[in-house]
Amino acid sequence: MIVVDNITVHAGDFVLRDVSFKLNAGEYGALMGRTGCGKTTLLEAIIGLKQVQGGAIQIGERDVTHERPAARGIGYVPQDGALFSTMTVRDHLAFALEIRRLPKDQIQNRVDELAQWLGIEHLLTRRPFGLSGGERQRVAMGRALSFYPAILLLDEPLSAVDEETRGEMYELLRRVQKQSGVTVLHVTHNAEEAREMADVVFVLRDGKIQKEGA
Amino acid sequence: MKDISTKRVGLTDSVFFLSMGIIGGSYVLLILLLLVADIAYMVQGASWGEVVFENPMVLALAKPEIRYSIMLSLISCTLSAILSLLVAVPIGWLLSRFRFRGRNLLDAILDIPIVLPPLVVGLSLLILFQFWPLTARLPFVGMSLNEFVVYQIPAVILAQFAVAAAFAVRTMKATFDEINPRCEQVALTLGCSRMQSFMRVTLPEAGRGMLTAFTLAWARALGEFGPLLIFAGATRNKTEVLSTTVYLELSIGDLEAAVAVSLIMVFAAVSVLLITRVWGARDVMV
Repeated sequence: MIVVDNITVHAGDFVLRDVSFKLNAGEYGALMGRTGCGKTTLLEAIIGLKQVQGGAIQIGERDVTHERPAARGIGYVPQDGALFSTMTVRDHLAFALEIRRLPKDQIQNRVDELAQWLGIEHLLTRRPFGLSGGERQRVAMGRALSFYPAILLLDEPLSAVDEETRGEMYELLRRVQKQSGVTVLHVTHNAEEAREMADVVFVLRDGKIQKEGA
Repeated sequence: MKDISTKRVGLTDSVFFLSMGIIGGSYVLLILLLLVADIAYMVQGASWGEVVFENPMVLALAKPEIRYSIMLSLISCTLSAILSLLVAVPIGWLLSRFRFRGRNLLDAILDIPIVLPPLVVGLSLLILFQFWPLTARLPFVGMSLNEFVVYQIPAVILAQFAVAAAFAVRTMKATFDEINPRCEQVALTLGCSRMQSFMRVTLPEAGRGMLTAFTLAWARALGEFGPLLIFAGATRNKTEVLSTTVYLELSIGDLEAAVAVSLIMVFAAVSVLLITRVWGARDVMV
């Protein structure tokens, strides 16, 4: 569950004021809005990359408003994937678990499981260079899901994916959510994508959130 | 009717490329001619046997003081390049990632060693070491930092570092500018502390830039002369490095030896350049 309660965030001259919404556990939420309306700023505040000037953010039962990003337990898939160019796909999937010092066999099992879910077993030894848009997003998603986060935040995950792959990715996102039980907040400016995927749609307009059932 | 066809476009394009090539090529030619002239000067009028076994470079290499200066150059340049990288990485990262009060001032301060005349850098170092606490006698060591550094080997390294580091900082800032800051942020969400995300994600991504910064600092240190002359002196078998050797040989009128040592410097610099290029290229291919 994500509860955003009256938060105020500054990003340069831009201010988001008194923004609130609630996404229940296990739901797939889409956050829509025009380019420049503050979607990414809001997302960064939830992740902990941007300080909030007022209000509170709750993940599950925990108030995380002032916690470091590392402590929030949110899987984040940025728009461009932001893959680590020096690491193999396997390293990406194992990264968060190695940071948590999990035993090697557990890491191996999790990497295999994720690779199978995402259909990237054949890419495990590859580096990001030369991967297609869809493949990059799968890797970024695997990396974000690897440490069993309660929440998965996707920032325009399909913007770099071609039309043909898009359908596959919808399918994949649905399947992954079902298998992992993760709560998803999916930022998009594509209305079709939001309708296709989401249980609930939030629209950010003029600094306010409106909830629309999907 | 007025001719409005575009058939002259092809001609103007080739003229354009030709002039770009000629203007650019003239500089490349100058660089190559400089090297060729040095070599030609050394081998003129000599037989093949003399060229191979008795050329001024071989003769220069046989002199113990020149061997000492080669050794000191290699060691001091490597040390000052390592030190340069050590300060360039944090400064470059901070400048690239954060907008803080005084950032522009800091940026300008870091350019001072680049724009300052080299002699002034040397003189300023010399003067700095006349002040307390650098002149204070250190307990247990029995000498002051001034005595330990000025006109000694540490002065060579410090003078090289003072200028070379500024170039390394510029390179590292540009390197971090090119690395997507999102990667570091993602690492934070994956459970990393700032330090972990820096060490595990940012630094490996900056590998090639670090190699470039190191090479640039090394080459810069090799060519350093003005500050060295003032701050470290030009004492044979003590603070003499290759650039000082060229100066000393010239001052006693031995042009051949000066050219020979210059060529040794060219070989050293080109070797370092080639090694890092090949290494860097291999890194990209993987």
